[in-house]
Amino acid sequence: MSTSTDTIEQLAQQEYKYGFETLIEADTLPPGLNEDVIRVISAKKNEPEWLLDFRLKAYKVWLTMSEPQWANLKFEPIDYQAVSYYSAPKKKPQLSSLDEVDPEIRATFDKLGIPLEEQKLLAGVAVDAVFDSVSVATTFSDKLASLGIIFCSFSEAVQKHPELVKKYLGTVVPHTDNFYAALNSAVFTDGSFAYIPKGVRCPMELSTYFRINAKNTGQFERTLIVAEEGSYVSYLEGCTAPMRDEHQLHAAVVELVALDDATIKYSTIQNWYPGDKNGKGGIYNFVTKRGICKGRNSKITWTQVETGSAITWKYPGCILQGDNSIGEFYSVATTNNKQQADTGTKMIHIGRNTRSTIVSKGISAGNGQNTYRGLVRIGKGAINARNHSQCDSLLIGDRCGAHTFPYLDIRNTSGKIEHEASTSKIGEDQIFYCRQRGISPEDAMNMIVSGFCKEVFRELPMEFAVEAQKLLSISLEGSVG
Amino acid sequence: MLEIKGLRVKAEDKEILTGVDLRVDPGQVHAIMGPNGSGKSTLARVLSGHPDYEVIAGDVRYNGKDLLAMDPEDRAREGVFMAFQYPVEIPGINNAYFLKAALNALKKHRGEEELDAVEFMALIKDKAKLLEMDQSMMSRSVNEGFSGGEKKRNEIFHMAVLEPKLAILDETDSGLDIDALKIVSSGVNALRSPDRAMIVVTHYQRLLNYIVPDFVHVLSEGRIVRSGGKELAFELEEKGYTWLEQGAGAR
Repeated sequence: MSTSTDTIEQLAQQEYKYGFETLIEADTLPPGLNEDVIRVISAKKNEPEWLLDFRLKAYKVWLTMSEPQWANLKFEPIDYQAVSYYSAPKKKPQLSSLDEVDPEIRATFDKLGIPLEEQKLLAGVAVDAVFDSVSVATTFSDKLASLGIIFCSFSEAVQKHPELVKKYLGTVVPHTDNFYAALNSAVFTDGSFAYIPKGVRCPMELSTYFRINAKNTGQFERTLIVAEEGSYVSYLEGCTAPMRDEHQLHAAVVELVALDDATIKYSTIQNWYPGDKNGKGGIYNFVTKRGICKGRNSKITWTQVETGSAITWKYPGCILQGDNSIGEFYSVATTNNKQQADTGTKMIHIGRNTRSTIVSKGISAGNGQNTYRGLVRIGKGAINARNHSQCDSLLIGDRCGAHTFPYLDIRNTSGKIEHEASTSKIGEDQIFYCRQRGISPEDAMNMIVSGFCKEVFRELPMEFAVEAQKLLSISLEGSVG
Repeated sequence: MLEIKGLRVKAEDKEILTGVDLRVDPGQVHAIMGPNGSGKSTLARVLSGHPDYEVIAGDVRYNGKDLLAMDPEDRAREGVFMAFQYPVEIPGINNAYFLKAALNALKKHRGEEELDAVEFMALIKDKAKLLEMDQSMMSRSVNEGFSGGEKKRNEIFHMAVLEPKLAILDETDSGLDIDALKIVSSGVNALRSPDRAMIVVTHYQRLLNYIVPDFVHVLSEGRIVRSGGKELAFELEEKGYTWLEQGAGAR
């Protein structure tokens, strides 16, 4: 019979299921970053002058900035000149149907279980698949178009709806916001764009899968979602990247704009390659996501399930500018083996009667380090603002860590702010109790973990809640035995 | 059904069971008594596969199989059940859901059809009545916020639903008031059957007034020093454990 510590260590070894590389001729720029590289990217994408200016402005600011040092993360410095900033699949004919998509790419998507297949489409999921830096196929656009909804790749939006892009780009996350956001603003290659016109309720979940494929190619997506007055949209982003020995950089920017009475639900399932159990390889995920509740009674909900990446640095936030607007953040972040996560949210209350809810569930296993960092700011004019924060940590084994850094910045006395936090541990005794009742240790851990996460999972669209639960059990597989 | 031979067990370098022999046949109820530290609970936990113990010698056969070679969940699936002395709290998992998962794990192992939620709820209705479990104890998280008595009742409720072949009750009476003791005992008695064996571990004779054993064994310093019928329990109650320990020393 083994001892307690042994049993908890035993199962920790799970190979990354999605580690394969698609062999497609890539049109890749040599590593390095300078103004010429940015001009090439802009030219390849046939961009208007104002967008090139936006990029160059961001690049100049980026040169003067340095990486933020305050996060509870440890990693070797990144050589930004060793990164290639553009990679596109070379074969790029105009595609009129999915059947024309490169079979290699299709096979890759199949392996990922991405719902590009016809039957999945019938299930009502419109997919804008970003393969490396260029969108490969966009589906269901026609149906959406009949409602006036625009859902396309960012590049396409730049070509077809430049006035909308120009109006909102950089208004929520300015190019000066932070080091990674500035870098993204200079070199972003593609991403998704969604526009929901006034009074329209988007009839299906909009969904994007991102893949980082070509070696050493940082992926810099840019996503912009605008919900006009009285509209509703639910958007799901899922991410997977193939397995590599070296670290890969990912610095995305997501901007959401909700006007009067509009609702945006943005859900993320992130399972990028986390590196091996010794910390070799894995994605560096430095992401800036922010939404503005610009109009009265608007609402933005961020739901994230973060199981991947070697390092996660991410704080999806809400600027609650409109009176009575609502911001919500529901998060499950897991770190196993050598993964590190420093994640949380920012709720900036500006308007009157604004409300925010934060539910953060951190799960640490192996040597994983999990940090919640959240800011709640109640501005002078934010009369009767309310916030409720709940931060729970679950530890599996005795080599991992959980850390909580809540920041409260309250500038008037009419508000009501609550913060709750807890830390618990999956004990050997709990696992044994389950086993004694006939439940396997893996099932026992999954049950305990999903019990811990259920407040967040119920915020996810149904089909993705199931997926999230599966992912969680894969990413924690082996952490208890 | 169960045959223990020369079982020696240690935990953290201390030998706790120094040579236990015991045979249990279907339909029998065996009481294991003994002073604190005699190894009663260790015996119960080793039989259920608790990972904190190391078997250094001996053999345990359960229906002809090598019990000690089996994982705890496989023992459970083969019909070994332990009512815990200290039932564990599992926040976030509803008691009924947990029990359904357990029952279906057993059913799957036996190659039977698993139960859906509706069938399961129908099944547990009567069993819940037996243990006077109210609805809230089904929907609350496993043992979380349960009183001591509620936890013990819940253990026997689990047993009633899982219908084990061999049930091991580890100090099920500890921390129970007389009313709870009666409920738990009548629950256990209702589960006595010719093809089910029970091992009842207890410090006090009191429990055995309600659950009347066929055999009583007294454990001292890690081995059985005396075996007898139910009257042995009364004798112990009267004379105390020291009587036996002295007797054992003189043997």
